[in-house]
Amino acid sequence: MSSVPLNIDGRDLIGKPGQTILEVARENGIFIPTLCHYTGTTNVGACRVCVVEVENARSLVASCCMPISPGMVVRTDTPKVRASQRMIVELLWSSGDHNCLTCEQNGACELQDLVYWLKIDHPRFAIQPPGHPVETTNTMIQRDLNKCVLCGRCIRACNEIQVNEVLDFSMRGSHAKVGPAFDADYIDSECVFCGECVNVCPTGAITFKQARFSGRPWDMKKVRTTCAYCGVGCQIELNVHDGRVIKVTGNREFGQPNQGSLCVKGRFGMDFIHHPSRLTVPLIRKKKGGELTEATWDEALDLIAKKFKALKKQHGPDSIAGLCSARCTNEENYLFQKFMRAVVGTNSVDHCARL
Amino acid sequence: MTNSIEEIEHTEMILAIGTNTTENHPVIGAKVKRAVRQRGAKLLVIDPREIALTKYADLWLRQKPGTDVAVLNGLMNVIIAEKLYAADYVKDRTEGFEALKKVVENYTPTYVEGITGIPADDLKKAARLYAGAGRASILYAMGLTQHITGTDNVKSVANLAMLCGNIGIEGGGVNPLRGQNNVQGACDMGGLPVSLPAYQPVANDEARGRFEKAWGVTLPPRPGLTVVEIMNAAHKGDVRGLYIMGENPMLSDPDLAHVEAALKHLDFLVVQDIFLNETAQLADVVLPSAAFAEKDGTFTNTERRVQRIRKAVSPPGQARTDWEIIAGIASRMGYPMSYRDAEEIMAEIARVTPSYAGITYERIEREGLQWPCPTLDHPGTRFLHKEKFSRGLGLFHAIEYIPPAELPDREYPLILSTGRVLYHYHTGTMTRLAEGPSERCPESLIEIHPEDARAYGIADGQKVRVASRRGQVEAKAQVTEKSPAGTIFMNFHFREVAVNLLTNAALDPIGKIPEYKVCAVKVEAA
Repeated sequence: MSSVPLNIDGRDLIGKPGQTILEVARENGIFIPTLCHYTGTTNVGACRVCVVEVENARSLVASCCMPISPGMVVRTDTPKVRASQRMIVELLWSSGDHNCLTCEQNGACELQDLVYWLKIDHPRFAIQPPGHPVETTNTMIQRDLNKCVLCGRCIRACNEIQVNEVLDFSMRGSHAKVGPAFDADYIDSECVFCGECVNVCPTGAITFKQARFSGRPWDMKKVRTTCAYCGVGCQIELNVHDGRVIKVTGNREFGQPNQGSLCVKGRFGMDFIHHPSRLTVPLIRKKKGGELTEATWDEALDLIAKKFKALKKQHGPDSIAGLCSARCTNEENYLFQKFMRAVVGTNSVDHCARL
Repeated sequence: MTNSIEEIEHTEMILAIGTNTTENHPVIGAKVKRAVRQRGAKLLVIDPREIALTKYADLWLRQKPGTDVAVLNGLMNVIIAEKLYAADYVKDRTEGFEALKKVVENYTPTYVEGITGIPADDLKKAARLYAGAGRASILYAMGLTQHITGTDNVKSVANLAMLCGNIGIEGGGVNPLRGQNNVQGACDMGGLPVSLPAYQPVANDEARGRFEKAWGVTLPPRPGLTVVEIMNAAHKGDVRGLYIMGENPMLSDPDLAHVEAALKHLDFLVVQDIFLNETAQLADVVLPSAAFAEKDGTFTNTERRVQRIRKAVSPPGQARTDWEIIAGIASRMGYPMSYRDAEEIMAEIARVTPSYAGITYERIEREGLQWPCPTLDHPGTRFLHKEKFSRGLGLFHAIEYIPPAELPDREYPLILSTGRVLYHYHTGTMTRLAEGPSERCPESLIEIHPEDARAYGIADGQKVRVASRRGQVEAKAQVTEKSPAGTIFMNFHFREVAVNLLTNAALDPIGKIPEYKVCAVKVEAA
């Protein structure tokens, strides 16, 4: 059997065997809210936000985990479904410290979106945050488990996407929490700071520490580019605000080669861009053994042209050599070797490919 | 890479040799781990160090550093002896098999055990594991290439892959993981002394003629000098002027004392960089350039995928893009170069570079294209050598094992191997300014095996002095079993522990790559 007929919200649809209700609904533009679901990782049905009514089922079912079957009749929008979703979201809201005023994820929070979508003014339960201390023991990732909804996405990202196998649940019931073994802070664990957990967290529980108070999600201009470190060529988003790179995010929609995943260097290794030690003006050493002093571009370029022309004339073109760069662009390397060959007249151009 | 990164996750068998993938190419490392944990792929690791991937491996062969040809010949010996090779593929698609067979015949598991230290039984198991897979991908990196036999090592992995019919198929291949963002592109663009863009030999009259026509000049036919040869020539006074763009040979090159002397001997040194790095400090002119986030252009990744970079912020101060600077110098030397933007340069690249002919910014706006991409309607190439090799038949190279150039002796009893760690990158000019990675890895540590530590009276965390025939450095010891007894490992990210003061500038005769993975040193408490 290669197709499974079913009905969702009165629409006759065809799904493929093995698909879940959620997958078929999404394929057909039917919205079912989710929180713990993360495509490409195990469906765990932890949050129960995705519940739907299935005809003849004893209770509401989690659409992310329920495989479709022929003739299935599904409703995603009944009062019973909404009441259940409101209950879940109000419980999540009231059991955490969801203070949007200063939360880094304000405007990019899936819990906040859910509250709004379900039109909840206020939770009917008293707000009782668990009182976990905020983890501030490293400079890269801040964890505030008071904002954690225990969806487990970070755990699956760590174990199933990056396969670093550092995060898991610990404790039980209302004491349950996520983290490295022995309740260690990230910095004291085997964590390699790939930042995948930050990327997948639906709330403000795991955030980029350096980016705190540096710009709201809606302030960020996201510029897609290619990471400048190793040869994998990960596609990254530079989050820019006020002319500065604030943080680096992955985006699964960019596809290969990295499908949104990054490593510690691409994620947290970009401080150099705005570092005060960057070179900002040309420098010239007027005489051997002297100091480098600031110069204008015209002075610097004129001097180089003059010296290279003189060397070429006196000692031949092979008295000049050039090193282009595995760090620069194709366009720049092309132009560099063209310069060495066509203008200087030597083939002595190489780079650190071997190093 | 002959094949694509994506395929690693969907193959049956991965052989990782000389690649510490999870530290140097972490995102590919994750794909390897996913293939093993989630898709049942087999993993064979061949590495002297107990890298993280060994934890995921079905089998780990721990060879003595620098004995890779012997290991690979040994694997092929077993595969041929047990008739596990792809006989039809070898017959139809390759040549030189008899010569290969003759050489590897001598590399019996017992003989190989004597050279490499790998138990004969493990070698046999590994051979059966690799040959038993329907599709197998070989991953390698500098652990394989930074030897005087680097070229031999690469030819040997190619032999192994061909022997089992693993080249020219999805999920197979011989896949070098390139260490730098655009090392592939820099080579593709002709940043090599022997070749013009797309590896067209400078010595070939016809190829050179095409560029002479395109550029409107006469070009020199004689191949130029490589990095290490340039330094030697500078030392001798044959090279008098040097123009360096975005490189830091004062930390990255072997035998640094020699490099420094060479650079100081130059009449005129120009360095164009984003920082006043160790090399720039010796320059006569230093030019400030724009970083990757401050310019448009393309990088070509390790799977030959040409991808865009985009300007996100402005360069600091008066810094300019490298291409604007080059064009400025060229124009002042009487060869006007004027381009509106990087895209216009790419259009010129496409005109003279057959493998890039079909690549335009418009086409790679959403997703990069993998070369060869010869025409505007070509979809790019996921894997190479499909149906037939670029040269026609795949050529086996019969290769004998040659030991490393400098082996331990009484005075320098240990092997030094160098490489990178996860948290830093190359000469550290970028990552050492990063708060997070530096917090995780604040200093250079010397990995030393507990047996050696005991023998030399060194405790974990103790400051030690490492010396070779060329120089010495001091750093703290990290006593660990990660490196085998008799071998210490150091990274080259820290200028204050410049490990290339120690390394040997012995080169592979063809690839001209220095032997960074093996040199002889001694260690003592500082």
